[in-house]
Amino acid sequence: MPEIALEMKNITKRFPLVVANDKVNFTVYKGEIHALVGENGAGKSTLMSILYGLYQADSGQIFINGKKANITNPKVAINLKIGMVHQHFMLVPPLTVAENIILGMEPKKNNIFIDMEKAVKRVEELSKSMGFKIDPKAKIENISVGVQQRVEIIKVLYRGAEILVMDEPTAVLTPQEVEELFDILKSLKKQGKTIIFITHKLNEVKDLSDRVTVMRRGKVVGVKNTKDTNQEEIASMMVGRKVIFDIVKKPLNLGRTAFKVEKLEAFNNKRFPAVRNISFKIKEGEILGFAGVEGNGQTELVEVITGLRPASSGKIFLYDSDITNYSPRNIREDKIAHIPEDRRQRGIISDYTVAENLILGSHYRLPYNKGLSLNFTEINHHAESLIKNYDIRPSDKDNLLKSLSGGNQQKVIVARELFGEPKLLIAAQPTRGLDVGSIEFVHNQILNERDKGKAILLISADLEEIFSLSDRIAVIYEGKIVDILDPQKTNEKEIGLLMTGSSLNRKLPKVK
Amino acid sequence: MKSIKKFDYYILLEKITPLIAVIFALLVGAIVIMLIGEDPVFVYKTLFSNAIGNRDGWGNVLFRATPLIFTGLTVAFAFRCGLFNIGGEGQMYIGTFLATWVGFTFTNLPAFILIPLCIFAAAAGGALWAAVPGILKAKTGVHEVIVTIMMNWIAASLTFFLVLKFRATPNEAMVAAGVKQMIPHTSEIAEAARLPRLYNIFKFLNIDFPSYNQVNVSFFIAIAAAVLAYYILWKTNLGYEIRAVGYSPLAAEYGGISVGKNIILAMMISGAFAGLVGTNEVMGFKYRWRQELFTGLGFNGIAVALLGKNHPLGVVLSAILFGILNYGGAIVNIYTEGRIPRELIMVLQAVIVIFVVISDEVVKRLIRQRRKVV
Repeated sequence: MPEIALEMKNITKRFPLVVANDKVNFTVYKGEIHALVGENGAGKSTLMSILYGLYQADSGQIFINGKKANITNPKVAINLKIGMVHQHFMLVPPLTVAENIILGMEPKKNNIFIDMEKAVKRVEELSKSMGFKIDPKAKIENISVGVQQRVEIIKVLYRGAEILVMDEPTAVLTPQEVEELFDILKSLKKQGKTIIFITHKLNEVKDLSDRVTVMRRGKVVGVKNTKDTNQEEIASMMVGRKVIFDIVKKPLNLGRTAFKVEKLEAFNNKRFPAVRNISFKIKEGEILGFAGVEGNGQTELVEVITGLRPASSGKIFLYDSDITNYSPRNIREDKIAHIPEDRRQRGIISDYTVAENLILGSHYRLPYNKGLSLNFTEINHHAESLIKNYDIRPSDKDNLLKSLSGGNQQKVIVARELFGEPKLLIAAQPTRGLDVGSIEFVHNQILNERDKGKAILLISADLEEIFSLSDRIAVIYEGKIVDILDPQKTNEKEIGLLMTGSSLNRKLPKVK
Repeated sequence: MKSIKKFDYYILLEKITPLIAVIFALLVGAIVIMLIGEDPVFVYKTLFSNAIGNRDGWGNVLFRATPLIFTGLTVAFAFRCGLFNIGGEGQMYIGTFLATWVGFTFTNLPAFILIPLCIFAAAAGGALWAAVPGILKAKTGVHEVIVTIMMNWIAASLTFFLVLKFRATPNEAMVAAGVKQMIPHTSEIAEAARLPRLYNIFKFLNIDFPSYNQVNVSFFIAIAAAVLAYYILWKTNLGYEIRAVGYSPLAAEYGGISVGKNIILAMMISGAFAGLVGTNEVMGFKYRWRQELFTGLGFNGIAVALLGKNHPLGVVLSAILFGILNYGGAIVNIYTEGRIPRELIMVLQAVIVIFVVISDEVVKRLIRQRRKVV
């Protein structure tokens, strides 16, 4: 029997509307990598917040190394050698790596001055022990997301953590960075650290963890040794039903060219070129997937196409009509639907009801706007039918959007955008932050549109998604299309390399 | 379904926070009254019984509430579009002056033309004055708070300039009495431009009402304005767009809503409400522009809108509350022979506003904590 590092017994945490943790038992062995998986709202984050002292459990006990612990705030947790790497980094961008790491626990010279040399040395030691190099004097704002994450890990280790909680650490990383992160975590494990790894990507569970705890609706539904289980089993435990993983795509049935972009150029908000000489075509019944690390011009490209950002040069055609620099309203009227990447900011008005959100974009038209006022009979009727067709929950049309889960908010967007038979569907990061069930739903809707003969532009940072949906894959890097590939003839590794621009030279001689 | 009921309970709590704030503020006021050695029960009894215990009191309260409804709507309407219009003061000056000018210039028009024309001038003046910060915000992104503050000063100086230009000649009685200095004012507006006092209506209905009471038809215009504001915001396409811009400009833009256009429109409608103050102060009360007749009403609108939670109904109710405090405060001052100064009532109003802000925040946090679904 291995030594137990952490034991949470009968943890119950109630919020007025929901029991977030219902008599949860959670045990982690010393020196293991333990995956904690479950859909959004399953209670993983609540459980970890209780461990880290951000919440207090209503009942239940926590034992650290066999000793009962009363974790009333994060300071207690840190003293108990528990460290947490949050999904959203808690770093100060203008400060250096070393300054960020020592923040709050600065080594002192003569008890007054910060001993920067000592700090730098300690940072170097820590990074070396994990097998990578980091410049302690680099500013956070100048280093990549992957490196920032390492800074977070070092920060936690600097504070002496023995138990590391990683909250969805791979969500922001490229495939290469994920691999490097896994190497780091494995080397930490070798040093005897205990790692709790929250995720809902099941391949990561398989690649990395020793054991896995699955949660659903506030309860632990199973604890498995990773090697004794498989993705299908974990997924069905998470969702509570069987999940079909392999998306079955109908054979490609191409029509004529529906959408065409020619030599498109645009600037970003800082007035730097963000979309650089981009050209592509999408045919009816085809999904063109854009793979790329975020911030390489995808956002700007979509904004230009949907009229939210002016094109500085180039042309955009929907069938034969030139729609370059049309207003967003005109573009909508031309039947381009847009599932935006920034769901909360762009896609929904969270203080509007479900019914009000479902008419956004067509609110000014018949039948919703009739004569002097809005026609609420039609608006409500419209809402009720979409809520039913898309199984939006809770099913009350008068709920504010902000009270819905992320998955249901996305359903509202999808329902609204697909209503009225769009000619082109732009889906940007359509499943980001969604749980397994909702991802399945959104994927099916996108494929359904494809099979109906619609042209689809898909943008995703999730390579798995790109591969499972796309008929062709365009790789975008620094605002340019590096290459357009057939998913059957390439693999995640190759795309991943192209995404970082690292194999541009190797690719150059190839004629397409 | 049980959980949904609980949800509503918090929404209710959120809605009635101003009421809680008012109660707390009255308690604080009671302490202050005790500290200056007076009896709070007596003071409050005098205040409320005189303000709302009889028809004359009600008339006075509504007369004082009327301009606050307008300026409260000014702030509330713009706020729904995410704008903080603190230029109500200036918009009120311009609208009112324009209405006055129409009133004393087109003196041979009949009432059924002149009254609507004056009302229109009041609204148009306010709307035009508010359009400037609206356009600047929409086109260049200049913050409306800065521009509206500056425009307040311009309006104050401009109307002062204009009142000197259109200054009424001193009448014979004044000349005979040797009055050389007088507060600058314009000539009176035409009889046909004046709004009837409610006394006239009550008399017609055979209801006993004092003839000296100043409450006039402008109160009904204010109520109509509140209904109109509600209708625009929640029942029309324009309101849908204005509120969408207020809640989330990015989502509005995405939904094909022109953010700039709606900012300008919202500012203009907001400014029109401010201009309508002139219907009460000039068309229904003094019948002329008199310098510094009604300063501060525009700023009080901010407090009224805050207490009314930026909802037209809330604005009407909170304006009436402020009317009660204003008028009742004056009465208390007289009854206590000045021992309870009117300033105490202003303290009370300020305390209410502070409590609204605090209780709002407290309730918000309570709700956030309770609703937290992790």
